Amino acid sequence: MSTPTTRPTADAAREAVQAAVRHVVPDADFDYVDDDTPLRGEFELDSLDFLGFAETLASRTGVPIAEADYPRLATMATCVAFLTGARDGT
Amino acid sequence: MVMAERFDYDLERQAFSWEQAAATLPRLPSGGLNIAHVALDAHVAAGHGDDVALICVDETGGTTRHTYADLSGATSRFAHLLRSLGVGPGDRVMSLLGRQVEQYVTALGTLKNRSVFSPLFSSFGPEPIRQRLSLGEAKVLVTTPSLYRRKVAAMRADLPHLEHVLLVGRPMEGTLDLTAELAAQPDTFEIPPTDPEDRALLHFTSGTTGTPKGAIHVHQAVLAHHVTGRYALDLHRGDIFWCTADPGWVTGTSYGIIAPLTHGVTLVTYAGEYDPRVWYGILAEQRVNVWYTAPTALRMLMRSGAALAQDYDLGALRHIASVGEALNPEVVVWGEEAYGLPIHDNWWQTETGAIMISNYRGAEVRPGSMGRPMPGIEAAVLVRGEDGRADRTDGKVTPAGVDEVGELALRAGWPSMFRGYLGEEERYRSCFADGFYLSGDLATVDADGYVWFVGRADDVIKSAGHLVGPFEVETALMEHPAVVEAGVIGKPDELAGEIVKAFVTLRSEWEPTEELRGELLAFGRKKLGGLAPKEIAFDQHLPHTRSGKVMRRLLKARELGLPEGDVSTLEGAES
Repeated sequence: MSTPTTRPTADAAREAVQAAVRHVVPDADFDYVDDDTPLRGEFELDSLDFLGFAETLASRTGVPIAEADYPRLATMATCVAFLTGARDGT
Repeated sequence: MVMAERFDYDLERQAFSWEQAAATLPRLPSGGLNIAHVALDAHVAAGHGDDVALICVDETGGTTRHTYADLSGATSRFAHLLRSLGVGPGDRVMSLLGRQVEQYVTALGTLKNRSVFSPLFSSFGPEPIRQRLSLGEAKVLVTTPSLYRRKVAAMRADLPHLEHVLLVGRPMEGTLDLTAELAAQPDTFEIPPTDPEDRALLHFTSGTTGTPKGAIHVHQAVLAHHVTGRYALDLHRGDIFWCTADPGWVTGTSYGIIAPLTHGVTLVTYAGEYDPRVWYGILAEQRVNVWYTAPTALRMLMRSGAALAQDYDLGALRHIASVGEALNPEVVVWGEEAYGLPIHDNWWQTETGAIMISNYRGAEVRPGSMGRPMPGIEAAVLVRGEDGRADRTDGKVTPAGVDEVGELALRAGWPSMFRGYLGEEERYRSCFADGFYLSGDLATVDADGYVWFVGRADDVIKSAGHLVGPFEVETALMEHPAVVEAGVIGKPDELAGEIVKAFVTLRSEWEPTEELRGELLAFGRKKLGGLAPKEIAFDQHLPHTRSGKVMRRLLKARELGLPEGDVSTLEGAES
C-alpha cells in the first residue's frame, strides 16, 4: 500500500509536538516532561487549547489529523508514534 | 422507565404555586429547611439509603458507586469535622477540586453544618483563586495536593482568613489530611434547625467592572432546584442523570449536585476531559436517561458527526437539555438527527440560582429559542434606556412589544433568587428596578411567549458557557511590565461562542514582537488559568470614553468589521 503522506522522522515529530504545544502555551517547558506524561494535564490544555494544538501539529507536519485520531495525541510517545506512522500496538 | 407525557404548559403555569410545591419538600426534624437534608438524609430516612446516589467514572473508565447512605454518612463526618475545627454557621468553606466524590461531600457536609459552600473552578489560575478566597474570606479550603502546591501554597500568607486547608491525599505543611480527619469523626449528624433564609451557597460571577461578585443563595433555593429539576430536566426517582458541567460553576452545583439528589436520582460524574468517544461511552455504559450539557460540547460533538453517536447504544436517553449560552438552531436540529431527541435549551444565571426559562419535554421546541418561563416565574423584556439597559426613568420600567429587543427581566421574589452580592449592597440593589431583577441579557419575546436571546447588554464575555469579566483579565495583563493598558473583548468563535481576546498597549520602550506576544499569552495563562486570553493583539491607540475608560464595544466593532460609528448595534453604548 502506498503512503499518502510523507512521514516525519521521530526527531522532527518530537520537535513539531513541542512547537505545537508552544503555539498554545508559549512558555511550555519540556525539560521535566517525560514521554508518557499526558500533555493535556501537564500544560493545562482545555478543549479549545487542545484543538489549537492538534491543528497546529497537522499543519506543521503535513500529517492529516482527524478527530478520531485525537486520543493518539495523548503523550509525547503516542504523538511521535502516530506522526511517524509507527504501529502503536492498538 | 418514565413514559413520555404531554406537557400542557398553560395548565401547569396556572396550577402551580410555590407554596404548594414547598409543602412537598421534607422539612428538618429539628425545624426549618436544609438543602443537605432534602438531598440526602431525607432519602435515607424514607428507606432509599441503598439507592446509588453517585457513580464516579475515572479517567481510565473505572467506576466507583456511592449510595445515598454512604454520602449521608460521609457528609455527617464532614460536618462534625468542620464543627471540631471551629467552623460555624455562615462561615465560608471553599472547594478547589476535580470532579471527584470529595466535591459532593464537601458541598453537602458544609450545608449540614450550616456553613456556606463556595466552589472554585480547578482550571482557575492563582490570581482568580486568590481573589475569590480573599473576597469570600474563606475559612476552609478543600483541595488536592497538586492544586494546592501549584496554585495556593505560595499565597497562603496573603490569606489571613484561611485557617484550614484540607487535602485529598498526602498532607503538606500547614494542611490536614481530609481522609484521615473524616475517619476520626462519627457518621451521624443531627442537622440543627435551619432557617430557609440562612445563607447556603456563594457563587462568584464576573461583571463588566470591578472585582468578581459573590452571589449569595439561601437554603430556600432548594425549592427552585427541585421544581426546575422536574420541569426542565424531567428528573424522576431512579433516573440516571449526567450533568457535564464542572462543579466549580453554578450549574455544576445547582444541577450537578443539588437538584438531582433532591429527586433521588443517580448522578454520573466523569473526572476526565472532553472526548467524544469517551462521552458517548459513558452515556451508553451508564445507561444515562437524562443528559444536561452545554452548547460548546454539543458543537464539538456535532463536528464529530452524527454517525459516531450511532456507534453507541444511547437507547436509555430520554431527555437532553443544554445551558450556558444560546444554543444555535442548527445544533437543535442536528440533535434530532444524531440522538433522535430534541435538545432542550434553557436559560438562567448565577444570580437566578436555578433554571428560569426553558423548553419542556413534551412541548414544542422552537430551535434557537430558550423557551418559556418556568411555572412560578414571571419574565419580561423591558424597553431600553440610553445606557442600553432597561429604562428606569422615575424608577419605573416598561415592557417591550412583541419581537422588540429589550433587557430580559424577572419578577423578583422566587426562592432561588440571590440574596445579595457579598459585601456589595449597592451593587446588589442596582440589579433591581420596579420589582424586577434585571438580567443584563438582551432578548425578544414572540407572540407565543417564547424568549429569544439577542446578546449581552454589557461587556461580559461568555466563553464555553463561562462568564469572564474583561476587567479581571485586563487587570492581570497590566501587571506585566510591558503593558500600559489593555482592552479585553469576546471574539466570536464557532465552538466556544466567544473566546477571550486582549488588545494591549505597550510601554514606549517595548517592541511589539512575536516573542513578546508569546510572553504575554504565557503570562496570562500563568496568572488566570482558564480565564486567560487565547489571542493578544498589540494596539497603541485603544479607543477611550471621555471618562478615560477603554471602549470595549468599539474594539469589538473593529474586530467584527462593523462600522465604528455604529456601535449602537452592539447592544447599547458605553457610559
